[in-house]
Amino acid sequence: MAAGIKVTDLCKSFGGVRAVDDCTLEVAEGSITGLIGPNGAGKTTLFNMVAGTYAPCEGEILFDNEDITGIASDKLFHKGLLRTFQIAHEFSNMTALENLMVVPGNQAGENLLTTWFKPSMVRDQEADIRAKANEVIKFLNLSHVKNELAGNLSGGQKKLLELGRTMMVDAKTVLLDEVAAGVNRTLLNDLSDNILRLNREVGYTFFVIEHDMDLIAKLCDPVIVMAQGSVMTQGNITDIRANKQVIEAYFGGAA
Amino acid sequence: MNEFIFFINKVVISGSVIGSIYAMGAIGVTLVFAILRFAHFAHGDLMTLGAFFSYILVVLFPEAGSFIGLPTGFVMLPIAMALTAIVAILLDRSFYRPLRQNNVKPVVMVMASIGVTLMIQGLIRVFAGPSSRNFFFAERKDIFRIELPFELASRKIVVTEPQLLLFVFITVAVISLHLFLTRSRLGKAMRAMSDNPDLSRVSGINTTMVVWTTWIIAGSLAAAAGTLLSLDVTLKPDLSFNILLPIFAAAIVGGVGHPYGAIAGGFVVGFAETLSVFNWAIFLRPFRDSLPDWIDLPNKLAFVPTEYKITVPFVILVVILIWRPTGIFKGQVL
Amino acid sequence: MSVTNRPFILFCGLGLMIALVFFKLGTAFSLRMLAEATCYAILALGLTIQWGYAGLFNAGIMGFVAIGGFMSVLLTYPLNEKFWQSDSPSALGTVGLYIFAAIILVYGASQLHRIGVPRKLKNLITAIVFGISYLVVITALNPVAANIEATAGFIGGFGLPVWVGWAAGGAVAGIIAYFVGHICLGLRSDYLAIATLGIAEIIKAVLKNADWLTHGTLTVSPLPWPVPTPNDIGFIAARASYLAVTSIMIVIIYVALTRAYNAPWGRMMRAIRDNEISSASMGKNVNKRRLEIFILGSVLMGIGGATLISFSRIFDPSGFLPLNHTFLVWVMMILGGAGNNLGAIFGALFVYIIWTMSEPVTLFLFESFATWGKDIFGWEIPTDLAARALQMRVFIIGLTITLVLRYAPSGVLPEKIAKHD
Repeated sequence: MAAGIKVTDLCKSFGGVRAVDDCTLEVAEGSITGLIGPNGAGKTTLFNMVAGTYAPCEGEILFDNEDITGIASDKLFHKGLLRTFQIAHEFSNMTALENLMVVPGNQAGENLLTTWFKPSMVRDQEADIRAKANEVIKFLNLSHVKNELAGNLSGGQKKLLELGRTMMVDAKTVLLDEVAAGVNRTLLNDLSDNILRLNREVGYTFFVIEHDMDLIAKLCDPVIVMAQGSVMTQGNITDIRANKQVIEAYFGGAA
Repeated sequence: MNEFIFFINKVVISGSVIGSIYAMGAIGVTLVFAILRFAHFAHGDLMTLGAFFSYILVVLFPEAGSFIGLPTGFVMLPIAMALTAIVAILLDRSFYRPLRQNNVKPVVMVMASIGVTLMIQGLIRVFAGPSSRNFFFAERKDIFRIELPFELASRKIVVTEPQLLLFVFITVAVISLHLFLTRSRLGKAMRAMSDNPDLSRVSGINTTMVVWTTWIIAGSLAAAAGTLLSLDVTLKPDLSFNILLPIFAAAIVGGVGHPYGAIAGGFVVGFAETLSVFNWAIFLRPFRDSLPDWIDLPNKLAFVPTEYKITVPFVILVVILIWRPTGIFKGQVL
Repeated sequence: MSVTNRPFILFCGLGLMIALVFFKLGTAFSLRMLAEATCYAILALGLTIQWGYAGLFNAGIMGFVAIGGFMSVLLTYPLNEKFWQSDSPSALGTVGLYIFAAIILVYGASQLHRIGVPRKLKNLITAIVFGISYLVVITALNPVAANIEATAGFIGGFGLPVWVGWAAGGAVAGIIAYFVGHICLGLRSDYLAIATLGIAEIIKAVLKNADWLTHGTLTVSPLPWPVPTPNDIGFIAARASYLAVTSIMIVIIYVALTRAYNAPWGRMMRAIRDNEISSASMGKNVNKRRLEIFILGSVLMGIGGATLISFSRIFDPSGFLPLNHTFLVWVMMILGGAGNNLGAIFGALFVYIIWTMSEPVTLFLFESFATWGKDIFGWEIPTDLAARALQMRVFIIGLTITLVLRYAPSGVLPEKIAKHD
């Protein structure tokens, strides 16, 4: 099932720059929570800390009521907390299908000795994984490119593939980092529909950084606004849009 | 007292000599690491090449030294330095730059530098043969024996002229390098490039000029180190391989990308070598009579037997990598 | 189309080369060359997985070769009666106990932080304990070593079957790889190159100088073979049998590696190589996998080294040269094609044949040139002409490396991209 994130008093400095400053927020289980804010507000740094890429200087992060502060990303992966990247980080020299098949952890076939001495076990597991990967491909309507090298896919298809990767491991919570970046309108609709489906049908929790307000409006409730390293306000998108402080933060005073 | 003098000769002076050589090599390596971002394995061979250039010049003009009053090898050094610098730039243009332009991983550059090492080594040995040569075939090596005014001191402190010249040279070199890096525009450009190459290029810094300067400094220092070392001992073609490891250890110990760190690292490695092969039992000898009979003093108490001297830089390297990979001066690691 | 045919064409060409050598230089010589080439092929396979699959730069292949050879000697050389009948074994056993105690003490000191000793103090204490135990062990070892050298020469071997020695060679190489990799793999690949270079030199220095252990420069010979030796059944039959053994080994290794490569393991390795950050964020333990490959490759190098040394029938530590045992293998691998097992085998055979033939060819060229120079210009022929001629090979190898890197970095048989359904 889905699980929630709770961040308390988080801080992160790079040299003299305080990117995240005493940030406290919560992502409710089963929600699609948006995170917006002007450039430099600290959104991606926050994501990086929750996702385990950086360790915070101070503060605490709870995931599903478990303290995950400072735990590295590969371990968080096994706990069901995944993140996607602004620039899609696909494996460009492998096919789309392989990109999906490589995802599940602890595959028997990834152990050398098992590969050599228990080939039938590996074969069976491979068949299962391949079946699941094909399922995911179908869900995302990518069947026509499944044997294409991932590096040759379009920006939007790469983003869909990333989403597909989260499906391979039955994620609980996914951090989406500017998923709309570089994606054309049609594929964007596809993407957002899939996000909604995953949330409603499979029960994913999404935490979404976005600049595209229409996408936020379509997907997110609530929306958290960050500025200068900490949370400024939060609420639903209509309230946020009307909030004077938020407008000032984005446009710097001129209304 | 004699033991102390022995210590000075074997550890302090020897350590300073070899430390200076390592330091000069390490400066070149660390600069190439910082600006061109790869480990230049061919550096040891640049040193050998420089020494050979000096040797050839000495063979051609054996009287030049006595004319001035210094060893001929030393007199020819500036020319050898210039020649080696030119070779270094040519190597970069022919082998390293094309790879850089293809945006290869740094590791591939290291492999290429190994290829270059083998080429230089092969050529040197084809033309000069594998035997060692002495710079002082036409003149005498001046040895200074300094007597200390202390009563028990029957031994003398021994320093040779090449060693003194080495100390003078490295002092001048370090001061000049410091002035260059801090005062001149090109020096500052180098420091900028070491920090952030993309930004430097965009800021209008002439990166080609910086690259050339790096190789000029690295090449000339390598030539100096090689020549001065060969003046101290002999010129051996396999000088290059044996010295590569200590130089890299020195550069890493000092912090990759920091020339001052390289100097410090060079001396650390040099002294570590001499200290670890030193026979510390010598210091126990004066007390031999005053100890009871049943305590048998070992004759030789050295950390490392002389045959295993090569392990010392490696152990230092391992220790630094485990304990503080960024080195003393916190250089680049990844 | 041409890519799938390429291995076939290349190996046919290789076959022609081999046939030519057989024709010109005789069966016995050619068999020797081929047997040695297959040993090098095992080395090349070890290197291709380290470099091709994991991007690791191992500049110390020589060290793993040497240790493989040494373990083979230690375990398979006949017992040295003089050693076992003296009191040296028990003395050596005592030193072994000292070493064991020292390890426990040092490990204990390194764990002092668990009882609250501050880190800096703990490190200092560990260093001092290490220094003292090291001195104690060395002073205990020296008289025993001297005694062994005086009475028995060296400790000899254990007289076990040859394949045990080879397996041990691989195992010990793997253990060393574990320690080296553990320290260096998290850092830049340049550092791994330097570290492996250093460790190779140290292994060689130890093997060369520990006369009591290895007989040092006095060398150990003749080393036993897994098949009847030339003394028993003549050069041709014996060498052919040895070649058969190593060829079977190559086939087994090749099959195992290919199977691993086509399995999820290979896919995971390709993912790590493709995009480390993504793989890490997907739960693949990148450092552990790199270490795994490093160890596997080193094990192969240990085995290859053992087969090579056993074949030469003589263990001479001074004979280990970075050129012959490290860089030659590098050329074999990058020419053949990194990450392609067939390429590694091809590269090894091809380069080794050229390398072997280059010795008489360069000697011939240099001598002709020198004689011609003497006749026409009155040049003096240097006395060490032969040595210098061989150095030309060093130059050629270096040039080959740089040229291949510049113009054909993926080698003649580049890695195949797997296609799934």
